[in-house]
Parts: sequence; C-alpha cells; structure tokens
Amino acid sequence: MTNIKLLTAASSLTLLALATPALAQTKFEFWYGLSGDLSERVQDMCKGFNESQSDYEIVCVSQENYDNTLQNTIAAYRANKQPTVTQIFDAGTLDLMLSGAYVPVRQLMEENGYQIDWDNYLSGIASYFSTSKGEMLSLPFNNSTAVIYYNTDALEKVGFEGTPKTWEEVETVARAMKEAGYECPIAFDPSGAWQWFEQFSAIHNQPIATKGNGFGGLDAEMVVSQGKFVDQLTWIKKMYDEGIIVHKSKDAGETANDAFVNGHCQITSSSIADHGTFGKQAAEGVHWTDAMLPIWEGTERTNSLVGGASLWTLKGKSEEEYKGAAAFFNYLAQPEQAQTWSTITGYVPVTMAGFEAMKANGFYDEAPYKGREVAIESLTFTPPTENSRGIRLGSYASIRAEMVKTMQDVLFNDRPVLEALQAFDAKGNEILRRFEQTYKGAQLP
Amino acid sequence: MERRAYYRNGVLPWLLIGPQLILVLVFFYWPTTQALYWAFTLEQPWGGGNSWVWFDNFLAIFRDDEYWLTVARSAFYALCTTGLSMAVALFLACFVDRALKGTKIFQSVYVWPYAIAAPAAGVAFRFIFAPQSGIVGSINHIWPGIWDPATNGVHALIMIIVCHAWLGIGYNFIFFLAALQMIPRSITEAGAMDGARPVRRMFDLQLPLIAPTVFFLLIMNLISSFTDSFGLIDTMTEGGPVGSTEVMVYKIYFDGFKGLDYSGAAAQSIVLMLLVIALTFVQFKWVEKRVHYN
Repeated sequence: MTNIKLLTAASSLTLLALATPALAQTKFEFWYGLSGDLSERVQDMCKGFNESQSDYEIVCVSQENYDNTLQNTIAAYRANKQPTVTQIFDAGTLDLMLSGAYVPVRQLMEENGYQIDWDNYLSGIASYFSTSKGEMLSLPFNNSTAVIYYNTDALEKVGFEGTPKTWEEVETVARAMKEAGYECPIAFDPSGAWQWFEQFSAIHNQPIATKGNGFGGLDAEMVVSQGKFVDQLTWIKKMYDEGIIVHKSKDAGETANDAFVNGHCQITSSSIADHGTFGKQAAEGVHWTDAMLPIWEGTERTNSLVGGASLWTLKGKSEEEYKGAAAFFNYLAQPEQAQTWSTITGYVPVTMAGFEAMKANGFYDEAPYKGREVAIESLTFTPPTENSRGIRLGSYASIRAEMVKTMQDVLFNDRPVLEALQAFDAKGNEILRRFEQTYKGAQLP
Repeated sequence: MERRAYYRNGVLPWLLIGPQLILVLVFFYWPTTQALYWAFTLEQPWGGGNSWVWFDNFLAIFRDDEYWLTVARSAFYALCTTGLSMAVALFLACFVDRALKGTKIFQSVYVWPYAIAAPAAGVAFRFIFAPQSGIVGSINHIWPGIWDPATNGVHALIMIIVCHAWLGIGYNFIFFLAALQMIPRSITEAGAMDGARPVRRMFDLQLPLIAPTVFFLLIMNLISSFTDSFGLIDTMTEGGPVGSTEVMVYKIYFDGFKGLDYSGAAAQSIVLMLLVIALTFVQFKWVEKRVHYN
C-alpha cells in the first residue's frame, strides 16, 4: 500500500520535473534593500521586465533595508542559497570585492553577448564600483550624492539673492536668519556623517585615508586629523554653541529632514534622493531649493562622492540564471527605463546618455524635477581625483559610526576637535588593521 | 524509602526526550560551538576563508578601553533595571495583595506591559521621551535643557533603564503576587493582631516567606537585563549619544552585523555568555544559601 503511494508520488514528481522546463522560463531571484514606495517602484520594474520577454522570470524580494540585504545575502551565500542578483550599498562594497563571491558585471555582459558602453557611465559613479584599474564590478543602480537645501523664503527675508556658494556665505546668511528671528537656521544631525564629513572631504579634495582612500591597498591609514575637516568640525562646533546650527535627530524628536520640510529649520544637507520626498512633504507655505554643497573660499571644488547602491551578480548560479541576470541588466540600461526610474525615485541617472536625454526632454526645467540636475553637476564637476573617486576602507560601516560618535563627542561633550579627530584616526586605524589581518594576503581587485 | 519510576524499555526514554534534545542541540549548542570556533579565528564574512589566531580576538577586545566601558555600563544597567523593576513590582503586588478597592482590575492591568514587544515599546517611548517634542520633553518648556537624552548620555541611559524596568514590571508583579497569595492569611493576620503595620509585616513576614520567588526573579531579571536590552536600545538610541547607551549585546550586534567583524563579535558573545553563567553560578552558590524553601 505504502509502496504504491510512494511510487505514485515519485512518478508525479518526475513528471513535474520533466514538465517544468518546457512550461516556463528560467526563474532567478533579485534581493534589494528598499522599502515602502521605492520597493513598489522596484516591483513595477520587475513586472515590466517579466512582461517584456518570455525567457526569464525575475523574482524580486525586498529585504527592507541595505543592512538586512547585506546580512541576508551573506547568510544565504554561506548556505549556498544566494539570489542571482543582489543590491549592496556603498559601505558593504569592499568586503564583497575581496570575497570573490561575485561575477564582474563586465564579464557577465560580455559572456552573454551584450554590448555596453562602459565609458558612458558617469565617471564619479563608475569609479566607486570599479577596481583601481577601472573595471566595473557591479552595475550602478540607485545612486545619489549630497546637496544642500535652502528655504528660499528665509533667504529672501535676509536679503540674499540666489543660493550661498561658500561656507562663509552660509555663515553670514545663517547669522542673519538667527537675527531675523528664525530659531533654527541650520539643521544638523551627526549621524549624517556621509554628507557632513565624507562629501566635505571629497569636494575639498581632502583624503580620508592614505593610498587614495584605500584604493591602493588594505594598508591605508586614516589621515582625517591632518586635513581641512579639523577646521570644518571646529566651525560646526562654534555654530552649534552659538545656536546657529541646531541638533535635529530621530531621538531628539524631529529629524533634520522633517525639521526642514516643516519649516522649523531653514538649511539642511541631505541626499538628492530626498528631493522628491521634500517636494511631496513640504508643509504649505514652505518654499525651498537645492544647491551644490558649499566650499570654503579659496579652495577649489572637486566632484562629490556617489552614494547609494549597486547590483552585484553572485557566484554559484547556473548559466541560464546568468543569462537572465544579463538580460535584466540590459533592460535596466535602456534609456526609457533609466529615465522612468530616475523620475519616480529621485535617484540620479547613472549614464551620461540618460542624463543628456532627460535634459533634452526638458525634464529638469520645471517643478517638481527642477533642481535635480544639481546632483549631476556636483558628481561630474571635475574628473574624480584620488580623494574623490570613492572610499575603499574595510569595515567602513564601523568607521562611519566612529565618526558619528566623534562629532557627537565634540558637540555635546565639548571634546577638543583635534584631540577627538586624532582619537578617531587611531580608532579607524585599529579597525583597518583588523580588517587587513582578516584578509591577510588578499589583493584588492 | 525513595520511590523511583523507571522505564523497562531503554529506547523509549530517549525517544521521548529526543525532540527536546534535538532542539537544544540545533538551536543552542551548535550555534555556541560555531561562535566559539569563530572567536578563535579571523572569519571572513563571505566565507572566503579564515585563519586560526588563538586568543588574539579576546586580547583585542580586552585591550580596548571602550570595551571595558561597555562591560561596566552593562553591569550598572543590569543592577539598576533589576532593582527598579523588582522594587516597583513588589510594591504594586503588596497593594494588590491587600485586597484594596479595584484589586481585580489592577491584577490584570499591571501584567500588560509584559505583553508588549521591546521594539514596539521602544518606538512609543522614543516619542514620549523625545526632548524636543515628546510628553516628557515638555518640561523643557519650563526649565530649558533639563531633559535631553538626544545629547546627554546620562539622560539617555536613565531613559533606557526606566523603559526596560517598566517592561519587566508585569512579569515580576505576577510572580510576586502569586507568592504573596501563597502565604497563609493567618500569618499576616496574626502579625496584624500583634500590632504590626503593613510595612513591618512586609519586611518581617512576607519578604522572608517569598524569598525563593525573590531569588528566582533576581536571576531572571539579571539575565534578561544583560541580554534583552537590544530591542529597546536599537529603536531608541542606537547606542548613542557618544556610545553612552552601548551595552555588551548592542556592541556585539553592531560589530558583527553592521561592522561585519564576525570574529570580534563572536569573542564578545563568548565573554558575555561566560559572564552570565558566572553570575548565575555565584547566585546559586552564595545567595541561594540564604533562601529557605518551605
């Protein structure tokens, strides 16, 4: 009796197995770290891909945020259950590069017969996801950079035309705002180390670490306490003590972004990806604009750093699945797709062709998209230098967290700036040496 | 003579405890040995390889001053939450036990906090305690700057301790109340007739009689305050400001999952495990001697 049952079960399984390839396309998975509205946009994109052809079916799974995506992908990879394509954010890039757990995107596209003009990618974006020799390892997907946002009514009230271009001007304007009765001229959240520290270093052409911010090898050393950021943090502290820079954060009750869209604070710095959100959330009567991050007078501006994430293809999948992944990447690279994605999310177009096409269409001429071109201008201001092409430091999430602590320490506990930054460099070096030891003998690709 | 029940069939008992054993092996011993192995190696997060480094990971964390700060902070945190939570729960239980008006309602209401998941409570508390907009923050309108957990580390730590203690009150309350109700009425009544006021009765009669419960709760609370603070801290302060609410579990989480330093995090969790084991051992060895069952 049981035997017969088993036999039936087995034979039906066999039948299923035989039937499947004939029935359907190759299925492959794509994990991403976006949630809410952005997640739905990704799902739309996946649907679009599935409907555009019949050979492959992509299954897109949201892992809620970048951290989860990285952790879950690692866990899955170690258990040999990894997705074919995964989205990894900037701070997780180096571990993945050294792991050898990926198929370089260039190789993937070449092997599957797609011609991609790699030089077409915006240089600042391409360099972040390339080897030091310039080979792209992953496909730029959702990318942004930091800009500064101003409340235009407040600027008008203090009689400033246009937008401040230098920190000196920002200080003048902010002081005037304070005198005009604005309680919070500049919103500042120390957890925004990305815009306040990393981007500052990039556009002022200041190294964060030696060896070209780590591109040249794992033995890079932190040099933040020897550069211009010492003066910048001193300035931030001075403004904070005078009440011109005001601390806004999640645990204070209102984030810097919320304070800005509600009109409580008049200046803030954030990702260009927030441009769309600000447009939707700005309280009635709040008028605003964005501009490139200011620089100090007498310094020359270099390009800003790219932020966001890229798509990686992981090793250990079948040839069919790789074909699917390549087809998906090719689909994403189509100009119409690039434009839709950039329109609905606020991320920047990643190719020069995409940007030019959007500019020609008049995309950037009118609200609500006017102002987004600032990000491209900032990203492409100069060709990337050693200090502005990216940051390739091990356990960078930990180093970033140390910077957040350092800024808090200076602001809230009155720790001397230079001493705090020297301690930061020392701590960062410890983290880097530990990372180097973990990957002993490994070579940066 | 002692009575003993035993199975004649030697296989059956193993079958009966099998599922439990497998669960413990898979979900406790296997991860623990894995962590132990990682603690002695440098593990690459993507699994590319590892190297045996003996005690380097332990030496690295022991040499780090900040690590000792988190250990001291965790100990302080554990003492405060345990003391606060148990004291308040005992206080409430004593009143409910005295059968005052509304006892029946309070009996169930006081347990509710225990049913709230820590992260959910953390989000709610974050709004309540927010210095610039929360309910507690409104005292800043009267005395500006008196309450600021966002920038003041001491305030932030107090906030987390209070929240953790609050979450534990319900659990402690139920045990205390049950223990108090186990005490024969005649004893308290006799005390009352001899002229002992409620406070005196509590210290001289009830507390000694419920000592086993106090002891049990002490262990449970201490262990929980070492290991369960994560949900609150992650939603409320993320260890900040300036690391002032970074306790051992949070550091393990951050180093391991965000910093991808699996080996360092594994070494830290071994230290934490040994610490909790040692604490429990000490309590059984010394404190329990002073507890009289029956």
